[in-house]
Amino acid sequence: MRLLTHNMLASNVRGATTGYPLKLEAAKWVTKEVDLNADFIRGLLPKIDWRALVAATRALGLPELLPEEQPPEEEIFAEGAADVEGSAIRRIHHALLEIHVQEGSLVCPDTSRCFPIDKGIPNMMLHEDEV
Amino acid sequence: MPRPEFQAPPDVFYNESEARKYTTSSRIIEIQSRISERALELLSLPNDGVPKLLLDIGCGSGLSGETLTEHGHHWIGYDISKSMLDVALERETEGDLLLADMGQGLGLRPGVIDGAISISAVQWLCNADKSSHDPRLRLKAFFGSLYRCLARGARAVLQFYADNVKQSEMIVTFAMRAGFAGGVVVDWPHSSKAKKSYLVLTCGPPSISTSLPKGKGENGEMCSDDEDDGSSDEDGDKTVGIYERNRSKKRQKTKKNGKGKDWLLKKKEQMRRRGHDVPADTKYTGRKRKTYF
Repeated sequence: MRLLTHNMLASNVRGATTGYPLKLEAAKWVTKEVDLNADFIRGLLPKIDWRALVAATRALGLPELLPEEQPPEEEIFAEGAADVEGSAIRRIHHALLEIHVQEGSLVCPDTSRCFPIDKGIPNMMLHEDEV
Repeated sequence: MPRPEFQAPPDVFYNESEARKYTTSSRIIEIQSRISERALELLSLPNDGVPKLLLDIGCGSGLSGETLTEHGHHWIGYDISKSMLDVALERETEGDLLLADMGQGLGLRPGVIDGAISISAVQWLCNADKSSHDPRLRLKAFFGSLYRCLARGARAVLQFYADNVKQSEMIVTFAMRAGFAGGVVVDWPHSSKAKKSYLVLTCGPPSISTSLPKGKGENGEMCSDDEDDGSSDEDGDKTVGIYERNRSKKRQKTKKNGKGKDWLLKKKEQMRRRGHDVPADTKYTGRKRKTYF
């Protein structure tokens, strides 16, 4: 599961008000390289919940990857920024699309229901009494 | 063979041996990828080369997702069968996979997804596999959560096999109730095998942009397996197939009033040609009997 998906995912357990953001507890994660597409990031950025993304990177033990506040758009999409190693867009791209959480769990903030992640697949199935 | 929906619940039916078919059978692979190509076409995403974030509901082994990846899109796949997702992992699909039941809602933040496709999955919602399952509640939860997570103006194309007209009506009704605009597009309505129904939904109120695309092969033309699907596109042989509640009028009439004199004479002639002993045609032939009390 990439952090992009984690950022979109909310729990729909009965009793959860928003069920967002799910607390990430990662035991194992890997990185796979993906080509950067600035247009995709541009379209995606308004939909990303920055706080949840930063919290997820911290949970993985990467406190340096993203700043607390979202950098201004001009800085992210500055000319040639995509080619500079360590630029804001590169970091965002890395955080969203290249980190795959393999083992761990997602915890609902409202109900503390735990969704286990097995081989990179979160199990979001609810029991009958949780629907 | 009966449709899989009648055999077992999805998480039971798609066991390891069934899931295996989706990597080994070239026929299944070809059909799946052809349907997903068509679904992606019906999704009519803007042709600007920018990748989109899509949903694949009932992604299974990721065959449909592979089509999305080929077009450069990122996707999140939902499936209820662990075995199918294991096959997807083996195939190293690009999208993210979630083990979830679509009848329990998708559980996504509002307005974040650019489009959704679903291949042969929605009809499963019409079955009650557990005592706690109510198909209507499950359809409502599914379409409600789908509507919420899609961005404004985004489309969802759901290919499904309805068992009967009532079932198809139920699916469409719940989609409309969730707030979607759109309807059913039927490809190859005259072919029993190639016939495919797509529920094309647009997020938001009906407008010109939400008008339905046309189905393929409505006027009698059949879909053969080797035929190039692209050729019929240019011919403009595409019309919307509409589900009729009743059989066509012509058929109903024949049933009600019997076969008629013309039909009888034709049959007699046929039998004569085959050498049978057939009574001669007279003024009494094919005449209606007097009604007795």
